[in-house]
Amino acid sequence: MQIFETVSAPAKCWSCGHEVVDGQPFCGSCGKVQAPRDANYFGIFGLPQKLDLDVLALEKQFYRYSRKLHPDLHARASQQEQEWSLAQASLLNDAYRTLKNPLERTRYLLKLEGVQFEEARGSKVPADLLEEVFELNMQLEELRQHRKMGEDDPQLRRDLEAAKNQFAGQLSLLDEQVRARWSAWDAAWEQNDEAKKTAAKEAMTALLQRRSYLQNLVRDVDETLGGS
Amino acid sequence: MADERVVGIDLGTTNSLVAFMQGEKPVVIPGEDGLNLVPSVVALAPARDGGRTPMLVGNAARPTLLEEPERAIYSVKRLMGRGVEDVAEELKFFPFRLADGIQPGEVLRIRLGETEFTPPEISAHILRQLKRNAERYFGAPVTQAVITVPAYFNDAQRQATKDAGRMAGLEVLRLVNEPTAAALAYGLDREKDGIIAVYDFGGGTFDISILKLHEGIFEVVATNGDTHLGGDDIDNLLIAIALDDIAGDAGADLRQQPEAIQAIRKAVIEAKIALSSQSVTWIDVELSQGGRYRRELSREQFEQLIQPVVARTIPSCRDALRDAHLTPGQIDEVVLVGGSTRIPLVQRLVADVFELPSRGKQPRTELNPDEVVALGAAVQANILGGGSKATEDMLLLDVTPLSLGIEALGGVVAKIIQRNSTIPASASESFTTGFDGQTNVAIHVLQGEREMAKDCRSLARFDLKGIPPMSAGLPRIEVKFLIDANGILNVSALEQRSGKQAEVSVKPAYGLTDEQVESMILESFDHAEQDIYLRQLVEARNEADTILSAVEKAPANPAWKLLDEDERAEIASLSAELGVLKQGDDLKALRAGTEALDKATHRFAELMMDAAVSSAIKGQTMQSADDKLGQGPSAPHPIAQAEFIERK
Repeated sequence: MQIFETVSAPAKCWSCGHEVVDGQPFCGSCGKVQAPRDANYFGIFGLPQKLDLDVLALEKQFYRYSRKLHPDLHARASQQEQEWSLAQASLLNDAYRTLKNPLERTRYLLKLEGVQFEEARGSKVPADLLEEVFELNMQLEELRQHRKMGEDDPQLRRDLEAAKNQFAGQLSLLDEQVRARWSAWDAAWEQNDEAKKTAAKEAMTALLQRRSYLQNLVRDVDETLGGS
Repeated sequence: MADERVVGIDLGTTNSLVAFMQGEKPVVIPGEDGLNLVPSVVALAPARDGGRTPMLVGNAARPTLLEEPERAIYSVKRLMGRGVEDVAEELKFFPFRLADGIQPGEVLRIRLGETEFTPPEISAHILRQLKRNAERYFGAPVTQAVITVPAYFNDAQRQATKDAGRMAGLEVLRLVNEPTAAALAYGLDREKDGIIAVYDFGGGTFDISILKLHEGIFEVVATNGDTHLGGDDIDNLLIAIALDDIAGDAGADLRQQPEAIQAIRKAVIEAKIALSSQSVTWIDVELSQGGRYRRELSREQFEQLIQPVVARTIPSCRDALRDAHLTPGQIDEVVLVGGSTRIPLVQRLVADVFELPSRGKQPRTELNPDEVVALGAAVQANILGGGSKATEDMLLLDVTPLSLGIEALGGVVAKIIQRNSTIPASASESFTTGFDGQTNVAIHVLQGEREMAKDCRSLARFDLKGIPPMSAGLPRIEVKFLIDANGILNVSALEQRSGKQAEVSVKPAYGLTDEQVESMILESFDHAEQDIYLRQLVEARNEADTILSAVEKAPANPAWKLLDEDERAEIASLSAELGVLKQGDDLKALRAGTEALDKATHRFAELMMDAAVSSAIKGQTMQSADDKLGQGPSAPHPIAQAEFIERK
């Protein structure tokens, strides 16, 4: 495997010489797989870097491209074509997996825009949650202690369950909030308005950080409750 | 067909099969005995003095399994890609004889008789038998195959299977997951789009896969399973009961008697099979010391007994549904695969889990559950071989069954490719150095779902070497992890600042190195070829005898005196040499020796001719002399060598 640099000049198909639509991983004329050019997930689908996208159309395009790129269809091609097919098909799969999921898509775009997410485990407690998180951690510790002694505390379990559901509810609320910022980003992107883009970026980043914190919290509770 | 055929192989725990696409339909290729199933049993033939001891495969190995179990092995698939620390449980129930002194993390070695074999080598013998069956059937060589593996096989188990193919002289074009292959076989009609579940309960493994069918695309959305759960476990339960009974009644502990255990195993399997169609049967075993064990077993008792084993498949089904974000009611069809799905209890349980009866549905069983995986492998082989009318538009999009991660600080696993990701899939991670001038970085890659590295399966340790010396934290090594369409991991690395391709040396856990695999490639001789060799050797010896006896008579001929001293000495020494070579087995040396002596005596032959020339050609026209040319064998090649032409 090699890592390829971005090439911006319009490319010609290595096999038939026809011009290949920018970023398209195969030749529109003869169908041959092209050398990987750009590892951008939006790019391989020929999509603009916008967030509000039609997932059904994406799925259709994914199937169509799979029929061109999948290694099964190049098992008897030259070594070079097999390598390109493997590289392009994995990029296609990675891209589809990321873009079809609203949160993953948003995170990916923000990373492209230079945002660095903190390690979820080590991130700071959001200030407004300090109190709740503190209490939850106390309860979790208490439950683990009970466990060790071989005891069960149904009331504690119910409390934890309730707290978890409350946090999980906040998660879906956050999803909605992230989604609501998509149009702001898309509009700013179209107008190429850097200030608006930055504002949208920062708002989404903050929401996602909070979300991954809550997600970990919910998972911790699940693990502790499930570990009986 | 101009191209060589690609065959599909189901390398099963209990039985193995080879199939190919005949026109629009996949068909299983029978063996010489006319049977489709080749039991996955391998045995070292009884030792004969001096002779080679060939490996017996399939039904031919069965007698050895019963009479000399220490020279035979079955269910070797359970040991593929596993370490000694993984197989403690297997060793309790399977008569595997491991070699002494195997360390954790090493490839296992199994003893058959006095010889040691790795699991891929044993599997290679099964694969070679299937290859031979196909070659006999086609009358043409077969060098490319698709081999199926349990969907839940990890990287090491897949790599071991691929290695076995190479040892058997097969280029493995693709490893295909067994349930997915079964879906392909069922999906040949391609009329219906929808969501299907494949419940594959075989001899040693259990898989559940959920697929979305869409205009010929078979997209796996989730898979789950247990690579150590199968019909074997049911057999072992029944064997344990029989052994207990016998210990109680007859006071005889047969646990240490492999022959007795094999006899009991055969009887319980027969009883298990009988109970799929009858409500009561007998376990009936003739014991070697003249005793006999008989026990009545009803289907009801049997079902109670095996319920816990069968129930172990349920959590996997539920997990797969959850990962696919589907409810049981959203599954349109459930396909049953594997011999163990013949058990009525299993069928009821599947119907229950997927809520089939309430929806007026039944599990699909039209295709023979023992053959459907091989048939699907043949379909995939056809697609890879360039496709045909029957398979055009068909495309398989499979997933990786287990998450891939790297060990981070504190022994925590950082997941980089999640399970159920469509393959090929990749992920890139950046690494850096911890101290100034550091030129190596070690990376530990794991597979599994748990949080801590110690609870996951160690895949390999990579050593990134040749990093240009820089201050700590300055190098940026981009490591690309790529899971290919076989579900096998490939790793490459690039130092970003220098653009230098960092060297990656892989130390696979439980795996063989390329060199080891190379050294284990089965000798390419087929038995037929071995026979040809022997025949050629006999012919060459005759040839040598002819010339030696001629030389022996030479001094009596007047022409001998016309040779000089050196010429006579050379003939003498060469004939002495040939006399020795004639006793040996080296065909090439024997032929060379004969030729050398022939050359040395050339002038002598000419002189003889001259002396007798007067009447030699008399009465022969040139035409008739011509006719004699090219007639009969012109030694030393009495028969042409078998020709196998390889096509790329």
